[in-house]
Amino acid sequence: MKKTVFLGALTIAGLAATAAMAGTLDDVKARGQLNCGVSTGVPGFEAPDANGVWQGFDVAVCRAVAAAILNDSTAVEFIPTTGKTRFTALASGEVDMLSRVTTWTFSRDVDLKFEFVGVNYYDGQGFMVPKELGVSSVKELDGATVCIQTGTTTELNLADYFRVNGMSYDPVPVETNAETQTQYLAGACDVYTTDASALAATRASFEAPGDHVVLPEIISKEPLGPLVRHGDSEWADVVRWTLNALIAAEELGVTSANLSEMLAGTDNPEINRLLGTSGSLGEMLGLDADWAARAIAVGGNYGEVFETNIGASTPIGLARGLNAQWTDGGLMYSPPFR
Amino acid sequence: MSSTDNSYVRTEMLPEREAPTGNVGIVGWIRKNLFPDVFSSILTLIALFFIYQLLAGLVPWLTGGIWNASSLSECREIIGDGPAAACLAVIHERFWQLMYGFYPSDSYWRPNLAFILLFAAISPVLFDGVSRKMFIATATVPFIGPWLLWGGSFWAPVTAALGFVVGYFVYKLVAKSMNNLLALILGPLAAIIWWLVISGYVSSGLASVIPLGLEPVASRDFGGFMLAVTLGITGIALSFPLGIVLALGRLSDLVIIKTLCVGFIEFIRGVPLITLLFVAQVMLSYFLPKGTDFDIILRVMIMITLFASAYMAEVIRGGLAALPTGQYEAADALGLDYWQAQRLIIMPQALKISIPGIVSTFIGLFKDTTLVSIIGLSDPIGWVKLIQSNSEWTGVVWELYGFVALVFFLFCFSMSRSSMYLERKLQTGHN
Repeated sequence: MKKTVFLGALTIAGLAATAAMAGTLDDVKARGQLNCGVSTGVPGFEAPDANGVWQGFDVAVCRAVAAAILNDSTAVEFIPTTGKTRFTALASGEVDMLSRVTTWTFSRDVDLKFEFVGVNYYDGQGFMVPKELGVSSVKELDGATVCIQTGTTTELNLADYFRVNGMSYDPVPVETNAETQTQYLAGACDVYTTDASALAATRASFEAPGDHVVLPEIISKEPLGPLVRHGDSEWADVVRWTLNALIAAEELGVTSANLSEMLAGTDNPEINRLLGTSGSLGEMLGLDADWAARAIAVGGNYGEVFETNIGASTPIGLARGLNAQWTDGGLMYSPPFR
Repeated sequence: MSSTDNSYVRTEMLPEREAPTGNVGIVGWIRKNLFPDVFSSILTLIALFFIYQLLAGLVPWLTGGIWNASSLSECREIIGDGPAAACLAVIHERFWQLMYGFYPSDSYWRPNLAFILLFAAISPVLFDGVSRKMFIATATVPFIGPWLLWGGSFWAPVTAALGFVVGYFVYKLVAKSMNNLLALILGPLAAIIWWLVISGYVSSGLASVIPLGLEPVASRDFGGFMLAVTLGITGIALSFPLGIVLALGRLSDLVIIKTLCVGFIEFIRGVPLITLLFVAQVMLSYFLPKGTDFDIILRVMIMITLFASAYMAEVIRGGLAALPTGQYEAADALGLDYWQAQRLIIMPQALKISIPGIVSTFIGLFKDTTLVSIIGLSDPIGWVKLIQSNSEWTGVVWELYGFVALVFFLFCFSMSRSSMYLERKLQTGHN
């Protein structure tokens, strides 16, 4: 008798655990809060401001998702994760999604059992050298000392690139980006290499940015995007299409300024479908009709989010480049809202 | 013969004369300690030169520091072509974040009060003049402190404390009516049953009658020095008793207890703390069922406590080993049983001997709490990184790390000073 009760309890516990796993969307709705994994700080992408409010390009994705689901862009618990803990945090269910400058690679997608739902920033590895070195191309860096963050894809890319081009280099291993800056400024290495976005942010923080040049070569592909766990496609759809809604909004000319006007109805049927004034796209996602409008209302469309956080008007000052809309020669391309 | 004039023999003492001015006062001290011979004089001059260089750089840098600016570039503008100066504005703007992390600012009084209560709790140990009644504070702070920090219903700490009362009464009751060993088993068992099964109902029942509580604060929001101090103090407070038990266990004659203790101590000491923290953060997430919400700070606290208690056990074992065998024999000769002997004779002496080692372990533990930034918790070091990630403050290094170092120094230095004070106070020898 006692054994049966025990087994029964075990089964229920097991079922409850599976049920908890089944629907992240339902979990988030029930919790009334989105748990979003971010990094422990990357300029422009994620950092808490003076009031302790998280700001940044990746943070904006989390806020848009929270607004789409919960109608509250502040209903997000930001959980800082490091390069070492991020995947466990997602796999164990501690966070619902990761939005933290994570490169979409084959093994992360397939072997680690995650699902990258899109790309919010196309990055690539670049190089910065002091101007006085007189170097104008990476090809001239044979025999240089390079400050390199250990345990990153940058380290591997660098080794690959120099081997392919038959050059040698002298690595100076460092642990964090801040440490790299200090080492580079102190002259411990000739070359500073990391993702081009971080390179730009770092250069902007120097006392004399003009004394340093970023070399033109980009030696790797680093598509950064939000990711979720494998096996919960409904949830993946919500995150994927929230990101797509921001991208499509820019393409369709929906901005935070004209959003209310557009919500009244437009002549463009795709805008109407996106904003939920016609069709039932929201319902298909398990959300209500104006989910996308709410996501756009938080920080504007993709282009606006870009400009506020990392665009040319910010200290980081990144150009759109690959991250422009496909209509402007970039790679940002949302599948149609139909 | 008898009337020999001895007038050259002095009949009264000469008044004492002042020592030569070159040998006393500041001049004397300098001559004796700084310039006693050529070699030392050279060393003194070299040292003075370096100290001057250091201060000449540091003092203007700090005194010329800029307190009001909203970004590093603004600081640089203000400094302009002037001498190098610290951009202390970053500390000014982010002070509360470095201290409390994301903890809600209208509740800062809670950790502050908890910290003050903690001093009340340790005051009977540190100072002589304090009334014995302060031990009431010592007994209540372990329950009130966490409640202040995390908030929630007031009845949770009350029922938690009642668990000890229940355990004690069961122990007394069984010890009186049946035997001692059974009481030693049933007492803790009753307390555990109380905590796991009954206390939940009691506390929610009481809460529905008298709702009394504080706004709950999630562990996630703990940060900065508040997190370091919380982790440090919990680790210190829990590892000390655990260390005593382990040290006694290691010296025990009972094979199983001895093996367990030796195994635990050697295992923990054989593994770096950072590995244990990764186990807490990463491995446990895989082992526990999905969706289990096992508070990360609690996990880290447990790991830090286990780690420190292994070291504590060895320090205390050192103290026990330093005690002359005569003390043990004297305790036996007085007819004291094991626990009485430990409590009245062995431990007071052994702990006194081990004070420097114990405090060293405490200080080490407190500093080790910075390792949690590697697993993504925002302790002071983690916050330095978060602040540097704001494009306004990217590139500020010395000011932030210097501030963190200064605060850590203040904590550690005062701990080490109080340990020396405690040693002098407990001094019973004749020298």
